Amino acid sequence: MSEIRVVLPYHLRTLARSEREVQVQVSGTPTQQAVLDALEQHFPTLRGTIREHGSASRRPLLRFFACGQDLSHEAPDALLPDAVVNGKEPFMIIGAMAGG
Amino acid sequence: MSGVRVLVGTRKGAFILTSDERRQEWEITGPHFAGWEVYHLKGSPLHPDRIFAAPSGGWFGQTMQRSDDGGKTWEVVGNNFGYEGDPGTHQWYDGTQHPWEFKRVWHLEPSHTDPDTVYAGVEDAALFRSTDGGMTWNELSGLREAKGHLWQPGAGGMCLHTILLDPANPDRIVTAISAAGCFRTDDGGTSWFPVTHGLKSEWELPDPEAEIGHCVHNLAMHPSRPDTIYMQKHWDVMRTDNGGKLWYEVSGNLPSDFGFPISVHPHEPETIYVVPIKSDSEHFPPEGKLRVYRSRSGGNEWEPLTKGLPQENCWVNVLRDAMSTDSLDSGGIYFGTTGGQVYVSPNGGDTWDTIVHDLPSVTSIEVQTLR
Repeated sequence: MSEIRVVLPYHLRTLARSEREVQVQVSGTPTQQAVLDALEQHFPTLRGTIREHGSASRRPLLRFFACGQDLSHEAPDALLPDAVVNGKEPFMIIGAMAGG
Repeated sequence: MSGVRVLVGTRKGAFILTSDERRQEWEITGPHFAGWEVYHLKGSPLHPDRIFAAPSGGWFGQTMQRSDDGGKTWEVVGNNFGYEGDPGTHQWYDGTQHPWEFKRVWHLEPSHTDPDTVYAGVEDAALFRSTDGGMTWNELSGLREAKGHLWQPGAGGMCLHTILLDPANPDRIVTAISAAGCFRTDDGGTSWFPVTHGLKSEWELPDPEAEIGHCVHNLAMHPSRPDTIYMQKHWDVMRTDNGGKLWYEVSGNLPSDFGFPISVHPHEPETIYVVPIKSDSEHFPPEGKLRVYRSRSGGNEWEPLTKGLPQENCWVNVLRDAMSTDSLDSGGIYFGTTGGQVYVSPNGGDTWDTIVHDLPSVTSIEVQTLR
């Protein structure tokens, strides 16, 4: 069981009625998909806002950052960095810059 | 004492404007869902404190919210709009076929008969129904079988934006889809057929009288006369008296028959309102004068309503869902603009007051009469 720190952007915090950073428990292999599954399990109001219903693909204008890296294009079943798994660093969900 | 509650959708959230029956002093709350685009929100005619709202945005997609206390508090409800089965494809801009993809909710229509039932018109065009207060949604997929492969997006997207529920016949629903047309079901949503005979789109379609492809902007119906439907088309104001079997033009002496919203007076089924817009190339009022036009004869003969509205240097637009009425005895008419103004006429259009000047761009107006 891993305790993963997740940082949410403003609009998702209002939907989840949560603080900026939340913690979710991930059983099994700590992958991006496992963290998002656990997050949506804990906060059902976030379903469909990070990943599309059905395909479970990342919404185009969201990014996943951790440990100074952009993990957005990692495979959903890729292992998260050790620093995220051991709780030293958060997994950050970011609303992408959209120009303007 | 009676009163009104005006539900305003904007590009940056929703606002709720309330007043007593005099409609002179207003309390304004909001923004609700600050920062989200709210194309539409609407209350149940059975339980007015139940309001459904559809905030969405480019980053986080569609969310759905419901209030059961008149908009004081909100609860997140279901946002899974999955098309029924394999939705197939529709026409794309380049002539190829393109997969159906859900983008957003454009319009919500709560049922007249069941407070837990609400309809949602979405882009890519489809009609969904929830029978559990918005928690889950199911597509009425028979609509797409009405030649959906020929539908194609207009400039605003391929959106189902208007839903008319027949108050006398729960099995009859009429919907409108931009750049596709107008469709009707008589069996509660199982099967659908186009109701476009009589529409002519001489500048938009190679076959001006084609069954599919007319760019319907908005429909309006008086509850006492469900077979009579008024239409603001891309160009032309139209009318049918047989539920859409045959339409005829009633643009008459309008300065421009391009526009977006159309409404019917709450107590006079032959009194209708439009807001002429100069053209599809210039989305602003003719001559920079914001004028609502009223016909007391069901069309053809129109009079400008200007008292209290800006008559110079006004270059705003009024979008398709941004006009509504109350049902107080004197018949209140309301509309909002892309400039963020919301206007009210407490006397059927004779004079207008500004409720609020500086909201974000207004996408929709719905009015609840509270008794």
